[in-house]
Amino acid sequence: MTSLWLLPLPIIVPFATAVLAFLFRRGAEGRWISVMGSAATLVLGVLLLMEVLANGPQAAQMGEWPAPFGITLVADTLSAVMVVITGITGLAVAIYAVADITEDMEEMGYHSLFQVLIAGVSGAFLTGDLFNLYVWFEVMLISSFGLLILGGKRVQFDAGIKYVTLNLISTILFLSGIGLLYGTTGTLNLADLSRIAPTVDPGLMTVISMMFMVGFGVKAAVFPLFFWLPASYHTPSFAVSAVFAGLLTKVGVYAMMRLFTLVFTQDIAFTHTILLWVACLTMVTGVLGAAAQTDFRRILSFHIVSQIGYMILGLALMTPLAVVGAVFYLVHHIIVKANLFLVAGVANRIAGGTELARIGSLYKGAPFLAFLFLVPAFSLAGFPPLSGFWAKYVLVKASMDIELWIVAFVALAVGLMTIYSMTKIWGQAFWKPHPGGIVPTLTSLEPGERMALLLPIVSLALMTVLIGLYPEPFVLVAERAAEELLDPAAYIAAVLGEEEILQ
Amino acid sequence: MKSSLIVRAATRLLVGLLLLFSIWMLLRGHNEPGGGFIGGLIGSTGFILYAIAHGCRAAREALRLEPQTIAMVGLGVALAAGAFAAIPGDALFTGQWLFLWPSEGSKGVPLSNILVFDIGVYLVVLGSVLTLVLALEEEV
Repeated sequence: MTSLWLLPLPIIVPFATAVLAFLFRRGAEGRWISVMGSAATLVLGVLLLMEVLANGPQAAQMGEWPAPFGITLVADTLSAVMVVITGITGLAVAIYAVADITEDMEEMGYHSLFQVLIAGVSGAFLTGDLFNLYVWFEVMLISSFGLLILGGKRVQFDAGIKYVTLNLISTILFLSGIGLLYGTTGTLNLADLSRIAPTVDPGLMTVISMMFMVGFGVKAAVFPLFFWLPASYHTPSFAVSAVFAGLLTKVGVYAMMRLFTLVFTQDIAFTHTILLWVACLTMVTGVLGAAAQTDFRRILSFHIVSQIGYMILGLALMTPLAVVGAVFYLVHHIIVKANLFLVAGVANRIAGGTELARIGSLYKGAPFLAFLFLVPAFSLAGFPPLSGFWAKYVLVKASMDIELWIVAFVALAVGLMTIYSMTKIWGQAFWKPHPGGIVPTLTSLEPGERMALLLPIVSLALMTVLIGLYPEPFVLVAERAAEELLDPAAYIAAVLGEEEILQ
Repeated sequence: MKSSLIVRAATRLLVGLLLLFSIWMLLRGHNEPGGGFIGGLIGSTGFILYAIAHGCRAAREALRLEPQTIAMVGLGVALAAGAFAAIPGDALFTGQWLFLWPSEGSKGVPLSNILVFDIGVYLVVLGSVLTLVLALEEEV
């Protein structure tokens, strides 16, 4: 009974919140409904994670139609961790949005779209069925398109068109892949697929797996399919770009991790070698792109691309340690990246822009903000003792263990290059005198707004430090998630039941 | 833009028919072709026809509620119908049936949360299609 409802609730609650927030969109109630709904989603996520850690992977059949025919929700450790992280990011951004989102945007239904997006993300993490994964991707795409163009500026529509066009291409590939897979295996339930996949012609499976790789590759923004990301993430409001930066591409990474450990494992030497090269090129091109940019948010957007490379690297190496690194990186990255975009939003508010040439003096006027920027920025670059250090350390160690020296070198060099563009932001936005001659201060914000803007940033920064100082419990959870990914027997048993597997 | 007399005269008949037909489609949906989605589409064509004949403002007045609100309320109804399964302790979206006045020959009048769910879907489809179409029509 408990897991029967713990699994769907992280999806149901955001949907219900969206309905309520929409009905109250013409007043201040809507934003507080959104905050409370996000808090409830986070609590449910934590309960789900505790349940999974205590009793192993959980599955529930919606409408009580048994797997593999019905709608299956599954939570193993990775899914549950991702739901918790979604809850954390959702709550942080919902609080930030109280001060960041204008009343016009609220009236257009910002909070509802945001909650539907969160529901879509949670759904994608929890589904145990490939077609449902497609549906959740669509839910995310529609709501994120709405959020992206909310505000109605010309540059936003420009970004929105690119975003939607490329994402639709990815969706079509994904859907064609689903069709082919169904034609070949006769099932779309992930656990069932994992059982049947080894009996199918491996060449055919590899071809299908390539369609999924490209489809998810667009979503995850890997080389050479990442163009839409830096073209669109710098245009919407800051709350929106923070949640996009934190969560959206990571759903693509999650889907890749799920499919390429559970279903497409018949020709690892081929598929995962491609992934390895993609990972390295993604890291390098992302960080080089960032070096060429001069806008706060555009630099951060290119960094998302380069960081995605690290996660794919963990998946490509496919050793237990590497997958631990990928899971750890996923969690660390979501917190850090969302936080950096939130900091950029405050900088924009008080200094009047995100174009680095046109702002400055932030260190002089707002040293607290400067400190809050340094924590996630250093963490992203991989400074000890912050969370990014452990994430990078594990991945570099994993590549050295199997003597891939070049890969380890690339991972380290990209970390160094990350510091380069972070110091560019630091030097330009924080140290340089403001070209307008003003000294931006945090006290220029109203006290209530200041609270709503800084509270999420401080909390996320504290989390980064906490993960950095006490990595052990987090690594243990990541290890467990990696074990379950590499040996999916428990996952399959949770979905199909023990006796099915023996047959 | 003034629509032709023929369109306006035919609309008077057709709107009522289409709405009635949409509800019939909604209700027969469980065991025969039909259901909330198709019913909602047919229902929205009724209002679209009305908007073509008499203008968007008249159609909005005839709706009484904003189409977005209808869609969101529908989503709420569908969710509530799915969550209703919690009361007997079943999984989300499990069908709950109640048969009224059963007799020798028949099982009785079936009532279920599935019908409520379908009504929710009907409202979502009606609301979202009308949101799109009325916005486009007003733009042109």
